[in-house]
Formats: sequence, C-alpha cells, structure tokens
Amino acid sequence: MIEFRSVSKQYPDGTRAVDEFSLIIPSRKTTVLVGSSGCGKTTLLRMINRMVDPTSGVIEIDGKDISTIEPVHLRRDVGYVMQNSGLLPHRRVIDNVATVPILKGVPKKQAHEDALALLDTVGLDRSLADRYPAQLSGGQQQRVGVARGLAANPNILLMDEPFGAVDPIVRTDLQNETLRLQRELDKTVVFVTHDIDEAFLLGDQVIILEKGAHIAQQGSPEEILANPVSEFVANFIGADRGKRRLAVSSIAHPQGDDLVLVDAGGYAAGVIAAPGGQLATANPTPKSRSISNKTSQAGDA
Amino acid sequence: MVWVFNNLTEIWQHTLEHLQIALPPIILSFIIAIPLGWLAKRFPPARGTILTLASLLYAIPSLPLLIVIPVLIGTGLQDPINVVIALTLYGIALMARSTADGLRSVDPDVRQSATALGYSPWTQFWAVEFPLAGPVLLAGIRVVSVSTISLTTVGGVLGIPGLGLLFTDGFQRGLVEEITTGIVLVIVIAVVMDTVLVMLGRWLMPWTRVASPAVRRRRNLRAVTT
Ligand SMILES: Nc1ncnc2c1ncn2[C@@H]1O[C@H](COP(=O)(O)OP(=O)(O)O)[C@@H](O)[C@H]1O
Ligand SMILES: [Mg+2]
Repeated sequence: MIEFRSVSKQYPDGTRAVDEFSLIIPSRKTTVLVGSSGCGKTTLLRMINRMVDPTSGVIEIDGKDISTIEPVHLRRDVGYVMQNSGLLPHRRVIDNVATVPILKGVPKKQAHEDALALLDTVGLDRSLADRYPAQLSGGQQQRVGVARGLAANPNILLMDEPFGAVDPIVRTDLQNETLRLQRELDKTVVFVTHDIDEAFLLGDQVIILEKGAHIAQQGSPEEILANPVSEFVANFIGADRGKRRLAVSSIAHPQGDDLVLVDAGGYAAGVIAAPGGQLATANPTPKSRSISNKTSQAGDA
Repeated sequence: MVWVFNNLTEIWQHTLEHLQIALPPIILSFIIAIPLGWLAKRFPPARGTILTLASLLYAIPSLPLLIVIPVLIGTGLQDPINVVIALTLYGIALMARSTADGLRSVDPDVRQSATALGYSPWTQFWAVEFPLAGPVLLAGIRVVSVSTISLTTVGGVLGIPGLGLLFTDGFQRGLVEEITTGIVLVIVIAVVMDTVLVMLGRWLMPWTRVASPAVRRRRNLRAVTT
C-alpha cells in the first residue's frame, strides 16, 4: 500500500505542481492517475520513487515513511516505465532489461538468463535480445521498457504515460498485454495517463485530477461513469464526443437512478445499477452521457 | 628524394620523438577536460566562466609559453616536457567545451530513466552520461589530435626534438626537400592518428552505427499507417 498524506510539491521556480494531495493506493491493484497535461501526474509518480521530494507531507510505502529510505535503493525496488521507453541507447536490449538486477548485484549470467525469460513474458522474441533500442519499433521499445521495469521483480510498478507515443493499434495491443500481465503478476501498479479510455480500461481505481493534482473524483471506472460528481468530471469523461464506445443512460425511476450502458447505435450494452433489481424501460429519451467509442468506428461496438 | 634516403634513420628518429611528445597531451587533455566538462554541466551558472577561462588558454602564444614553462617548473629550455605541458593546456582549451557540450547532449529522458533505475550519481555518470557523450567527445578529440600533432613542431624553433627540427634545420641549410619531408610526415601522422581515433570510436560505440536503417524503416511504416 502506498499512502500520500497532505503532500505538496512546489518547484524552485514557484510552480505549485501538487497541492495537499492525499490518497491511498491499494496493493496488488492498478491505480490510474488521469488528468490533462501539466496537472501534476508525473510529479506525483516521481515522488513515489523519490526522483522528486515533496515540499511538505508524508508518503509511506507499507507504513514506512519513504523519506527515510535511501533514494538509490528505493528506486531499485520500484519499477519505472516511461514514455519513449527511456531505454539506454548504448545498451543492447538484454543489457537494458538486466540493468537493475545487475545494479543490485545479481551475477551477469543469471541476470541475462532472467532477462531472456522476461522478453517472453512481455511478448518479445528472444532474437531481439542483441539489438540496440534504435533497432526496435516504438511498440517493441515500450515492451522492453516494461520488461526492464519488471526485471528486479518489484512489488510496485510506476508507469508514466508508457503508451502515449505509440500509434493507436499498437497501443491497444500494449494495453491488453498490460491487463494480462497484471492478472499474471499481481503488482501494485500506479499508471499515469491523460487518456480517459485508457484509464477506464486499465484501472481498478481511477483518480481524476485537476490542476495542482486536486482530486476531482476517485473510484472504480463504473462508479465514475455512473456518477460523475461534477461538471468537470462529466466533461472530462465525455471528452472526444463521437469517439465514445459506450454511453451511460440515467433513467428516472422512483427508487433511484438506473444506469444503462448504451452503445453508439443506441442499443443497450449493459446495466450498471438497477435499484430494486428492475430496469425501467419506459423512458424513451434517456438523459445520456457519452463515454467511449473509438472501437465502434472500427466496427466492433 | 636523395636527401630522404640518406637520412632515413634521422627522419624515423624525429618521427618517433614527435609522437612521444604529441600523444601524451592528447590523452591528458581528454582526461583533464572530463572534470571541467562535468563542472560546467553540473553548475550551469559557472558554465560560462569555466569554458571561457579554458578557452583563454588557447590565446596564450606558444613560443612565450615554451619559455615561461621551464622557468616555472625548473626544466631545461629544450626539455620535451615543456612542449607536452603547453600542448596539454591547448588541448584542454578545446576539449573542455567539447566535454561540456557532449554531456549536455545526453537526452534528459535517458538521464532521468537512468536515475529511475537506481544508478548512483557516480555510476550514472560513467555508465550512462559519459558514453552517450561519446560522439561529441570523439569529434572534440579529433580536433585536439590534429592540432596537437601540428603544434608539436613549434618546439623545433627552440631545438626541442620532433619533426619541427626538420623545418628549422631545412630552413637554415636551404634544404627544401627536408622542409617538405617534415610537412608531409606531420600530415601523415595527423591522418593516421585521426583514422585510429575514428576506428576506436566505432569499436567503443557500436550503437552509433546501427541507428539509421531501423529509424528510417519505422518512419516509412508510420507514414503508411497514417
Ligand atoms: N522540474 C520542474 N521545475 C519547475 N516546474 C516543473 C518541473 N516539473 C514540472 N513542473 C511543472 O509542474 C506542473 C506539473 O507538472 P507534471 O507533474 O509534469 O504534470 P503532468 O505529468 O501531469 O503533465 C507543470 O506546471 C509543470 O510545468
Ligand atoms: Mg507527465
């Protein structure tokens, strides 16, 4: 478990990137921090491995204040995957993946064997092991980045817009792989993105952030979709209209709101909450909030 | 060519002396410039001062320098060590800027990802930033190499060993062939040394040779998909 308690970060130039941020990030779940550019996501993430130290407040990992942990050692125990992979361009794929284990003193031979196995895990052919990063496609580089983040078998994996720079088809692939990996490996993943679809797809817990890392809403994707607490959230999750796959209909009902997921064609795709176990079907013009439709354009809505 | 064939031993002797004097400054200036470049990169406000002071070394005229150095360190006027020191200073003047520029050329993303991986600052410098500055360092040291090999001849004016003696001697005796031989040999040494450096760079930085084809292929692919 990672806990932020009233954490603020003011950069030397006066920018207050994070303002009184408090959050509990549960273990073995994926928590997604989502918000537009500049709202403080990267700063939050980098405070977890002490690449950035908070100006005030406390961050604990499993109850231990991380300001008491030596940064270099903390970082070797926390996986980090960033946009543009951040691979070391002068190291072959295998050496990139084996970096942290070797820093931690694992014998090179052992580290390389483990690295090859990790290439399998992230779905890369072992024949790529001797290539340099520049010889890989963007999607392959990101997979290597993920393999490297996992190499020391950390409990915590931090991912900063890892798929932001790859093209949409590859991105979908990588997102599905991430879901599979998370099922298999059971890490505490903190994932940063500005893409709300990605956040809802990957997150067990989604934190929608406004400027200064103020939490606009937090909850499971279903909770947020069903009940945006503010205009800001409604707009944010409804951004990119016409590209949404599913819409939520909130239907007036004497016992409360029933929520129906409707696809782009207006067909019901599912019910989120039906108080009383009954779905009102009478209302012909549901008040609808649009949510997602990228794939419906590809024909599989 | 008659003069050349009659003096092969002497020419070879001067060539070796020339190398013995020229090589240490090339290596020393490379090494000494590393901490200077690091300082300039680490403390941006000091960068201008450090690099300007280093560059000013190059403004000191060589002959006076070759006379002042023995006075300062108590060597004889014709001691080759004087030339080694003077040329090291000139090398530093060129190399400090190259090193600072090279270190600055390292992609900040790569530097940050190295930090995130858990490199200690010292290891990160030697294992990541220094090698990635390699191409710029190589460009710098190639200039230093050529300039040092050429400047080594200045010692000849004071009778310090090296190919410079062929110039002074040839000039005094009116032997154009001797002067020409000196010039040609200096150029040959400079070219050979430059080739050695380029090969060394390829050997030490294999990743610099692989980038372009894959990048081009990827660009093409992206152009097709969008
Ligand atoms: N090193 C820094 N120095 C000064 N300001 C910074 C620094 N890093 C980030 N900021 C500022 O802090 C704010 C939050 O940045 P960041 O955490 O990178 O946001 P995000 O990742 O959500 O785009 C932005 O206004 C950004 O300009
Ligand atoms: Mg960011």
